[in-house]
Amino acid sequence: MYSFELRQPTSIGGAVRALADGGQILGGGQTLIPTLKMRLADPGVLVSLGRVDSLLGICTDDSGRLCIGGATTHAAVAEGGGAYPALARLAGRIGDPAVRNRGTIGGSLANNDPAACYPAAVLASDAVVATNARDIAADDFFTGLFETALDDGEIITEVKFPVPASAAYAKFLQRASRFALVGVFVARFASGVRVAVTGASESGVYRWSEAETALSAEFSPSAVDSLSVAPGGMIDDLHGSPEYRAQLVRVMTSRAVAAC
Amino acid sequence: MPKDDGIGAATTRREDPRFLTGKGRYTDDINVPGQAHAFFLRSQVAHGRIASLDTTAAAASDGVIRIFTGDDFAGVGGLPCGWQVTDRHGQPMQEPPHPVLAQGKVRHVGDPIAAVVAETLDQARDAAERIDVDIEELPTVTNMQSALEDGAVRVHDDLESNLCYDWGFIEDNREAVNAAIAGAHHVTTLELVNNRLVPNAMEPRAAIGDYNVATDEHTLYTTSQNPHVIRLLMGAFVLGIPEHKLRVVAPDVGGGFGSKIYHYAEEAFCTFAAKAINRAVKWTADRSEAFITDAHGRDHVTRIDLALDENGKFLAIRTDTLANMGAYLSTFAPSIPTYLHGTLMAGNYATPLIYVNVKAVFTNTVPVDAYRGAGRPEATFQLERVIDKAARELSISPIELRRRNFIGKDQFPYATPVAVEYDTGDYHATMDKLEEIADIAGFSGRRAESAANGKLRGLGISHYIEACGIAPSALVGALGARAGLYESATVRVNATGSVSVLTGSHSHGQGHETTFPQVVADLLGIDAEQVAIVHGDTATTPMGMGTYGSRSIAVGGTAIVKALEKVIAKAKKIAAHLMEASEADVTFADGAFTIAGTDRSVAWGDVCLAAYVPHNYPIEELEPGLEETAFYDPANFTFPAGAYACEVEVDPATGEVEICAFAAADDFGNIINPMIVDGQVHGGLAQGIGQALMEHAVYDEHGQLLSGNFMDYTMPRADDLPSFVIDHSCQTPCTHNPLGVKGCGEAGAIGSPPAVVNAVIDALQSGGHDVDHIDMPLTSCRVWTAINADTGS
Ligand SMILES: Cc1cc2nc3c(=O)[nH]c(=O)nc-3n(C[C@H](O)[C@H](O)[C@H](O)COP(=O)(O)OP(=O)(O)OC[C@H]3O[C@@H](n4cnc5c(N)ncnc54)[C@H](O)[C@@H]3O)c2cc1C
Repeated sequence: MYSFELRQPTSIGGAVRALADGGQILGGGQTLIPTLKMRLADPGVLVSLGRVDSLLGICTDDSGRLCIGGATTHAAVAEGGGAYPALARLAGRIGDPAVRNRGTIGGSLANNDPAACYPAAVLASDAVVATNARDIAADDFFTGLFETALDDGEIITEVKFPVPASAAYAKFLQRASRFALVGVFVARFASGVRVAVTGASESGVYRWSEAETALSAEFSPSAVDSLSVAPGGMIDDLHGSPEYRAQLVRVMTSRAVAAC
Repeated sequence: MPKDDGIGAATTRREDPRFLTGKGRYTDDINVPGQAHAFFLRSQVAHGRIASLDTTAAAASDGVIRIFTGDDFAGVGGLPCGWQVTDRHGQPMQEPPHPVLAQGKVRHVGDPIAAVVAETLDQARDAAERIDVDIEELPTVTNMQSALEDGAVRVHDDLESNLCYDWGFIEDNREAVNAAIAGAHHVTTLELVNNRLVPNAMEPRAAIGDYNVATDEHTLYTTSQNPHVIRLLMGAFVLGIPEHKLRVVAPDVGGGFGSKIYHYAEEAFCTFAAKAINRAVKWTADRSEAFITDAHGRDHVTRIDLALDENGKFLAIRTDTLANMGAYLSTFAPSIPTYLHGTLMAGNYATPLIYVNVKAVFTNTVPVDAYRGAGRPEATFQLERVIDKAARELSISPIELRRRNFIGKDQFPYATPVAVEYDTGDYHATMDKLEEIADIAGFSGRRAESAANGKLRGLGISHYIEACGIAPSALVGALGARAGLYESATVRVNATGSVSVLTGSHSHGQGHETTFPQVVADLLGIDAEQVAIVHGDTATTPMGMGTYGSRSIAVGGTAIVKALEKVIAKAKKIAAHLMEASEADVTFADGAFTIAGTDRSVAWGDVCLAAYVPHNYPIEELEPGLEETAFYDPANFTFPAGAYACEVEVDPATGEVEICAFAAADDFGNIINPMIVDGQVHGGLAQGIGQALMEHAVYDEHGQLLSGNFMDYTMPRADDLPSFVIDHSCQTPCTHNPLGVKGCGEAGAIGSPPAVVNAVIDALQSGGHDVDHIDMPLTSCRVWTAINADTGS
């Protein structure tokens, strides 16, 4: 690790000012700190969000959305996200206890790891990612592998989740890291069903529109059986071939529906 | 009445309060005043010529004391190999040099190019980034088959090829075995891979070299399973330091599984550099470094043929194996696929004819050496897999086919066709016990329940044997070992009757500090509390060979018994004198010396005191003091064996394998501490299941380790495993050591992989899938792919 200066502002304004000199946001450090330890980055200044009270915590807004502060840990969501049970369960199965006690929703979304869990929830729930500058719709937020619509130094302050009538996340574990080898989040709203898939595609989290159509027409586990998932563009690594991931996309979707 | 802290007692582990409260003292916990820190610049390419290496800018970095390169080690010996294998044609193996720091060429990712010694570790790292090194990349060989092809890139320019040796065992049996297979009623053939593993001890390796210029004495603190061996290898073969000027200390060691047996470059480097800069030099591996520098395990590619007659009797076994050596020969590497593998190919079975061929191959990968089980898991895996396949082909139950071929209880001692003699065993007994504890009879009911949930349930059996208690020195010497394999102990009785045992064995997690005192307590009739174990320091312990190969209780424990016998013999003389009796009339039991047939006795403590305060003492005939040393060289290996059953559920939609139950019925001979034995079996099973389902060191064609961290290398976790059902009540005591013990450290890792794979194949076949083998690790992707590649379903 290269040496760095740690700033610990207590307000969003303070964080924005601290970042103005080109520092990097530090959430729970579960992704960033290992990167620094391997000397793959040298940000010079880290601006921790852990002491900004307004970024911590969970509430429900006037339109019934579950709002989670950008620096809220996975463990806090697992415990306090009961108003959206599928989301709380997702948070409770991220990584291991150490990761959940430190890692944050803002860090997870900003990082947009192609195998991360939260991006699937955000996309399937049609959530809004609020930053210090603007509100970003889920469909606009994830722009590619480890890529998001965030500008440099833009802070995720809150994530607002509409709570669906029913929802479930089916995660097939990558056994080493316990990220998702494939994870599918199915959310059923009055207006229709949204299906988001993580872990599978080379371009990151995506909506599986054929499944959405099929499930909006008939919400049953077997509704996706006849859909074909093309292995093209699926991730090929030690843990799974593209064909295998394509299979898991269908199986996990069906299991998520069954669990709704 | 057995003592409540003697042999057979399940006393809690004495070392645990220390380890569980962070009070252990590991090598990295040691800080020598004035120490500097070493950082190794390692090759990021698998094969290349060092075109230029310029350390000028780096040397000017803050805090740098000195930068070392291969040139500094030009006059120093390379890392020695401790075993020379002779090939089929009577020729010695090809043995390339293994430099401490690269000499002109790098041969695997992680090969050290230079080492920076600086005031702080960060400064050393900063400076290493400023070393200007230009490596001309060369084509690599990582795959063993291609490494042996004509015209393949050579890992070592000076060698004729990448073939280290082509070994035949027993060569004279080759033709007879071929003929038996050619003429057999049935031959079952299996091609398989024994996957490469990374040992991943919890404590990464570390070393501190210290040098006293005033006395010209060196001290090396290191993470070692065998400090005396390191002292001998490094002192005599690498740095030319005589033993009396070199002390090697291995304090608490946090796991090794074999990987801390070997002499590594970093140990020699820190020792050498400490003298060169006249300051202590410390190095601790980080986890990523451990992945690319600790010797890996396994990595065999094998074809095995099993010939059977019409009654399912085994007629002959032939195996052909390619064994990966990696880029250099690690300390004991050549012996693993040969004498720890070929000699076990008979398993528990009375097969009259066996021939084993092994070609050891150099590749551009990390060196491979012994890893928990070492050779024996590779032998067991292929044998227990091919037997299972044969059982399916012949429609005989896997248990029945094994039973038909077991060496009978009345056939011991049993000389196998692969040069070892089993002293004792009862394989039907362990199989009977397994059938009971695994509830084999109830399996079909459980299978039906799984089927109702859409899962395929499978049952896998294996029956292993291993050779432990390593090893008779003369025998291994004849086979090429460049070391003896005895063990030593000094029993130092203190004046008030407490005892210190100085042993050449060295625990790296096995609990010697608990079990060894149980033996002493039992033999002396004193409390185990009264006994201290001293180990891990060449300055205090007699020359011993350390801990590996499940040898510590069988060989090290026997050395303690032999030393105790000498102590008791002398103490009897003292007691006889004190009681004015004839020595022949004195008996010793329960901590007291008694004149047989009388109630006159003298306590252990009084005799000890008399030995050190010899006022009333036979000083003319007997030296004062009560301290004895024994060296024990075993007469034979010990042969633990056991029957394992694994039950899995496979989800056919995802290929996911869940282990529902695992049962192990082991025969370890006599047992000193059943709780510690349970722990050893649990750990071994976890590692074996890890190998079968999860762990895999994968190299790409450029020699990059793809699974080089815990995000990609899957270690088994507690929630991946069922609650194990284990039993060690089947006991055929070893016939040639006084404790009747056989050793238990590796069994779990040896017996479990075939049980797991057999279970998965059984599950798939029960679902109508025509799959007869899947290579380990059986990841969900591999299992699903096998199901879907099978066109027969
Ligand atoms: C062993 C392990 C297992 C894991 N398993 C899973 C899993 O199963 N599922 C899963 O989803 N994730 C998993 N993760 C990732 C984990 O959820 C991380 O916590 C997450 O990716 C990053 O969150 P963080 O708060 O630690 O961010 P950090 O590491 O602190 O930061 C990551 C990036 O986000 C930026 N950042 C942080 N907070 C904000 C913010 N509020 N606004 C804008 N940018 C910000 C940082 O500058 C940095 O670039 C795992 C991680 C580990 C180490």
